[in-house]
Amino acid sequence: MDLIANRISHRFGELAVLDDVSFTVSAGEVVAIVGPSGCGKSTLLSILGGLLQPSSGAPELRGSPPADSLNPLTFVFQDFALLPWATVEENVEFPLLHAQLSAAQRRAQVEDALRRTGLTDFRKTYPKQLSGGMRQRVGISRALAVRPAILLMDEPLSALDSQTRELLMEDFVRLLADGGMGAVYVTHNLEEAARLADRIVVLSRRPGRIREVVSVPMTRTERSEIAAREKLLAIQNQIWSLIRNEAIDAEREVQHA
Amino acid sequence: MLDRATTDTPAKDAPARRVRFRGAGFVPASSRFGGWIALALVIAIWQAAGSAGLVNPLFLPAPSAIVRAIYQLAVSGALWQHLSASLLRIGVGWLLGTAAGIAVGFGIGLSRLARSVGITFISALFPIPKIALLPLLILWLGIGEEPKIATIALGVFFSTAISVYSGVDAVPRNLIRMAQSFNVPFATIVRKVIWPGALPAILAGFRITASVALLLVVSAEMIGAQYGIGAFVLQAGNLMQTDQLLAGVVILSVFGLAVGRVINLLETRLLHWR
Repeated sequence: MDLIANRISHRFGELAVLDDVSFTVSAGEVVAIVGPSGCGKSTLLSILGGLLQPSSGAPELRGSPPADSLNPLTFVFQDFALLPWATVEENVEFPLLHAQLSAAQRRAQVEDALRRTGLTDFRKTYPKQLSGGMRQRVGISRALAVRPAILLMDEPLSALDSQTRELLMEDFVRLLADGGMGAVYVTHNLEEAARLADRIVVLSRRPGRIREVVSVPMTRTERSEIAAREKLLAIQNQIWSLIRNEAIDAEREVQHA
Repeated sequence: MLDRATTDTPAKDAPARRVRFRGAGFVPASSRFGGWIALALVIAIWQAAGSAGLVNPLFLPAPSAIVRAIYQLAVSGALWQHLSASLLRIGVGWLLGTAAGIAVGFGIGLSRLARSVGITFISALFPIPKIALLPLLILWLGIGEEPKIATIALGVFFSTAISVYSGVDAVPRNLIRMAQSFNVPFATIVRKVIWPGALPAILAGFRITASVALLLVVSAEMIGAQYGIGAFVLQAGNLMQTDQLLAGVVILSVFGLAVGRVINLLETRLLHWR
């Protein structure tokens, strides 16, 4: 199943946020979206996932999701969005409660998602008892439980410390390794984008337009090797040179707002 | 540029001074038994002043006289007669007001139309002292239990509706968006996200409405009732039986404390995740 951004523009009142953004995320592909602060990255992701109505254009799907997918477009949120009154297990089970599944099937899917994210021993724990990294693992586990075709990840590591970010990045690489699941990965961190994405969509300053689409011609496994670091750094520098001046302008704009 | 004195470099063998601790106080903590000890002390002083004849028992009877009055009330059966009448009015009035308040509060919290209409009416009617409506309610509903129960229900309704819709408004929007992103149906979002999210505010509202109900039952009983703690306190006052009067006040206080404990238990049980 492909996800298509078809000429998406969006305004918040007088403020134009996105302008004519078009690209396609092919089945199994990971596309990162980067750009200066306030360029509309998260807005674009909300539109792609059907949580926000664009002013013009539309998000579209082409092809069918996998037969077992209960929610083809599934978000992983920056702030985890966990139900604080529910245990880890109940949080992961939450999106399955309304699905046409038997209790046994539901249990099996929860079990599988918990196992894949290393949360099996934490099933009865409440979110407040977990570290930030573990909370985000619950968010990822919940997303995996519905067998998504495409993960929509909104800065999923930005609320975490650097060591936890590294550990979760390894998890993402592992989960996305077999190409069975695609992702749109919104981030301001160019290193994360270069390590994870097949293509990086670089947005301009507000209103966000596509400035360039940069391909990363390496498998995700190759990128973990030391030899690949130079190439990844070159890609990061290429993107940084594209957005640096606009990032400075955007920062000043925010400070004077 | 700011002129600053240069820092001198101390000799290695110069004596070191300990940094003074400056972080004491400003912690919202209380001692475990402090409150009880203070209460016991006040009662002891009060009793001593009464026993020594320093206070006229007509104006302020000693604690022992109040305890005696409560005991006599209990033995004669009058305590239960008055208490059961008050409890019935509070119970029915509180339940009716709470049920209506929760329904209207959720309506306002979840529907744009209900919010526009509901908040206007609540803002207009909430400030009215509900006891002032008792004569009108007596005119509408007769002189039986109904107007007293309706007064309590009205008082409870407004506070409950306000705390419920405030609680619904306070549910983090990211949780609702998360549920929507998984195509969770509206009813499930209300049941599994909004209800538990609003529960802390609803329970806090219960604490307020319990006090409102107590206040209104006493006021209503003072205006027109033969039985009830309010009626009993008024009668005792009219007959200058201050020990009986204060016995009624103590019973009300104990009732308020008991309700507070029940709400504490509910919070511990239902909000353990906080």
